[in-house]
Amino acid sequence: MSDRTVLDVYRYLPDNESEPTFQSYELDYQDNWVVLDALNHIKAEIDSTLSFRWSCRMGVCGSCGMMVNGEPKLTCETFIRDYDTQTITIEPLSHFPVIRDLVINMDDFMEKLPRVSPWLIPDEDKPLEDGEYLQTPAQVAHYKRFSMCINCMLCYSACPVYGLDPSFTGPAVLALAARYNLDSRDDGMKERAAEVSAHEGIWECTYVGECTQVCPKDVDPAGAIQMLKLSYALDWARSVVMPRSSGS
Amino acid sequence: MTRELTRPLPWNWWLKKAVYFQFMMRELTSLAVFAYALLIIWALLSAADAGSFSTFYTFLSSSLSVWLHLVILVLSLYHTGTWIALTPKVMVLWRGDERVDPGVIAGANSILFLMISGAVIWLVLM
Ligand code: FES
Repeated sequence: MSDRTVLDVYRYLPDNESEPTFQSYELDYQDNWVVLDALNHIKAEIDSTLSFRWSCRMGVCGSCGMMVNGEPKLTCETFIRDYDTQTITIEPLSHFPVIRDLVINMDDFMEKLPRVSPWLIPDEDKPLEDGEYLQTPAQVAHYKRFSMCINCMLCYSACPVYGLDPSFTGPAVLALAARYNLDSRDDGMKERAAEVSAHEGIWECTYVGECTQVCPKDVDPAGAIQMLKLSYALDWARSVVMPRSSGS
Repeated sequence: MTRELTRPLPWNWWLKKAVYFQFMMRELTSLAVFAYALLIIWALLSAADAGSFSTFYTFLSSSLSVWLHLVILVLSLYHTGTWIALTPKVMVLWRGDERVDPGVIAGANSILFLMISGAVIWLVLM
């Protein structure tokens, strides 16, 4: 079964024009089409100049994030049939600079990501012959949710704090810091403190909570940040009450 | 080098989405809590001197004060509700391998809040 829809697509062609415009594309779509299918159809059949990113088409690579009717969405998981509006508006992810059409510059995110040391930092490295670092299912459950991030940056687009101040470390990167802090094999909480427990880190978050709502992988960055606030505040309190035992 | 387009947030960003508006209301209602703290400080400062306490007492019995208290009560209750809703995010509790349901944590905090408020009201009215 096919139906008709109009996609109002944000266009920005820096070589030709200084201001962005919207271009409407009217097309027939199948019931099983996602927004990304429609964009690919436009690119193949109607207008080859349209630029956008995608790769896996199955909600894994995190590259097809766009604003669909003002909401950050993975376009490969967003079905056209779910929109009863005549026109669907497609824009690049909010808060990021636009390179061209729907393609954003994510350098800021990529630069912030390694700053929180998102890898295991054990107090002592075990020699290889001692085998793996084992974990119980309960220990995995403590951080698993925060490890599901696909770096799609929908959470940054939903976060007005990041929109107002791009120096904010932001939801996904802080959720990843929480993922490692909560890992039983990791002892890097203090090492991450300079980045994570900084003004631009967790303390800039005012808990709008929208990052968690838009996350396609159910990561809950807002929850991760609030947990980090509590653990770093307790760690600070411990260092004041028992300066020697805190080791800082 | 291509020219990139930056898109700063407009001043009215918080009017564009219900969630952002609710967030702003949560932040703004904290002013009610602040206003009541000022009132308490005034009460404490005036307690030392009979003259200034009677001024404070006269203000308390005015209709302006009654309205002010009602408005502050409503706004503070809303603000408290938002904090209680936040508690499961901060207090992640585990029962063995299973995470304690967020609703249970928020519910327990609500009950605790009602019990403490009830005790305070009972103490005041006693
Ligand atoms: S194309 Fe990979 S997540 Fe959508």
